[in-house]
Amino acid sequence: MKLDDKLFLIRYNTDKESHIKIADDDVCLKQCKHKPCTFLCPARVYKWDDEEESIQVYYEGCVECGACRIGCPYSNIKWGYPRGGYGVAWKNG
Amino acid sequence: MEDFDVIVVGAGPAGIAAGLTAVRNGMKTVVIERGEFPGSKNVMGGVLYTQATAKLVPEFWKEAPLERPVTEQRYAFLHGEDSVSAGYRSPRWAEPPYNAHTVLRAKFDRWLAKKAEAEGVLFITETVVEDLLYKNDGAVIGVRTGRAEGDLLGKVVILAEGVNALIAKKAGLHTQLGPEHVAVAVKEIISLPREKIEDRFQLEQGEGATLELLGDATAGMVGTAFIYTNQDSLSLGIGCLLSEVVKFKANPNDLLERLKAQPLVRKLIQGGETKEYLGHLIPEGGYKAIPKMYRQGVLVVGDTAMLVNGLHREGSNLAITSGIVAGEVAAGAIKSTDVSEQAMSLYQSRLKESFVLKDLYKYRNSAYLFEENPHFFKQYPEMLTKVAHEFFTVDSVPKVDKQKLMWNMVTEMRSKGAIAKDLWKIWRALG
Repeated sequence: MKLDDKLFLIRYNTDKESHIKIADDDVCLKQCKHKPCTFLCPARVYKWDDEEESIQVYYEGCVECGACRIGCPYSNIKWGYPRGGYGVAWKNG
Repeated sequence: MEDFDVIVVGAGPAGIAAGLTAVRNGMKTVVIERGEFPGSKNVMGGVLYTQATAKLVPEFWKEAPLERPVTEQRYAFLHGEDSVSAGYRSPRWAEPPYNAHTVLRAKFDRWLAKKAEAEGVLFITETVVEDLLYKNDGAVIGVRTGRAEGDLLGKVVILAEGVNALIAKKAGLHTQLGPEHVAVAVKEIISLPREKIEDRFQLEQGEGATLELLGDATAGMVGTAFIYTNQDSLSLGIGCLLSEVVKFKANPNDLLERLKAQPLVRKLIQGGETKEYLGHLIPEGGYKAIPKMYRQGVLVVGDTAMLVNGLHREGSNLAITSGIVAGEVAAGAIKSTDVSEQAMSLYQSRLKESFVLKDLYKYRNSAYLFEENPHFFKQYPEMLTKVAHEFFTVDSVPKVDKQKLMWNMVTEMRSKGAIAKDLWKIWRALG
C-alpha cells in the first residue's frame, strides 16, 4: 500500500498556514549532507527540491509525531503544534 | 481571565487522571486540549493496564469502550522468513480484575474525559497552550493559550502535554531530547472480521492477544514491532529508536510495509483492510532522561516526564499513576497555600516510593544497553532461528554431531568471549 493512499485515510482539518518552518534554508543546502528529514518522517512531509535548492514542507500530511524536530541534526526545523482544532484528528488512535 | 486551582495541559490518560483527582480533592480544575475532543490527538500501541486504570475509575471495564481483554502475550523472534516464538496464556485474564485490555485511544480517552467531566472537570478543547504565565518574581501563575485573551490563571499547572514536551522545554524543566531518547513509531489499524481474528490468534470469543515481534522485524534496528487484537481490527505497528532510523536512513512506513510481507505477519493480516495510518513518538530515554518533574507551581506527568518502561511495554499505567499522584499533591499544596518548589517536591518523593520510579530506576541502564549494543536486536534473533532450524530438522545426523554443529553455528556468529561479555552486560543492566 502506498504512503499517499494511507495518508488519504487520515482525517485532517487542514490549516491555511503551516505549523512547520525551516529556520534557515542555507543550513539544509550547505551543511546538511544526509537530510534525515526527507526519510525519517512517517508521512514524508519533507522533500528536497533540486531546482529551489531547499526543503519543501508538505505540512498538510503531518501526523504530528515530532520526529523531525528531534531528528534534524541542525535543529533547523521549527515545528510546533497546529493551531487549536487543526491538524490530524484520529478516528481510532 | 478566569481563576482555577489546577490547570492541566493535555487530555491524555495522565492529564485526565490528574484533573479528575484534583476535582475529587475539591479543586476547581480545567484540562486544556489542543484536539477537537480529548483523544483526537492521542496514540499508543494499544495496551491499557487494568489495575492502574481501576484506581482512577473502579470497574471501568463495565462501561469503557475497550477492545479485548488480553489473555495471551506472545513474543516472536524473526529472521528472514523464519521465526521462533513463545508466549503465556491464561483464561484468568479474561475475567475481572483482568490484567490488560487492548484499546483505541481516540475512543477510550474520549470516554475517560466524559467521566471526568461528569465529576466536575472543565475541558477546553481546540486550544493550544503556548507557554506558562509568570509573575514578576518568576512564580508560575497560569498558562497562555493560543486564543485571543486566552490567559488562564491557576495555582498549580500540571504538564501532561505528551512526549514532545514543548512547554516543559520552554519552562527550562526539559532539555532538548536527542534522537537516542525517542522511538518513532507507526501503526496501521487493519479491519478483520471478529471470527477471523479469534481463529487466527486461537482466542475464545471476545478475548484478545498481543504479539511482540523482535529481531528482523525491525530490519536490524533497535526497536520492536507488534500486533494487537482489537474487536474487529488489528493494530499492527513498528517502532525504532530515532537515532537508528537516522543511521540506517530508514523510513518508518517502509519498515512497516517490509514487516507486512514477512510470512508470519502476512498470514495474520491477510484479507484485512487498512482503516487508518498513524505516527507517534515513544519516550525511550528511561530514568536518566527524566526531566525536572516539579518546580514552584508546576508538576510534570506521563510521557512529558519520560515515564515509559519500554522493556515491559508499560506506559499508560505509569501515566495514570503519575497523574493521580500529581492531582493529589497539587490539591494538598493548594489547600495548605504552599505551592513552593519544596512543597511540590512531594510529587517526586511519592513516585520514588511507587513502582513508577522504582521500575525506571531498576532499568536505568537498559535504554543505553540496547542503543550501544544493536547486535542484540540483530545477531541473537538470527542465531536463535538458525539453531532452532538445525534442532528441528530431522536429517539422520546423530544428535551428538548436531549439538556440535549448533554450537559451532553460535560461535561462528559470535565468539564465546563476546557472548559471555554480552550476558554480563545484560545481567548488569536488567538484573
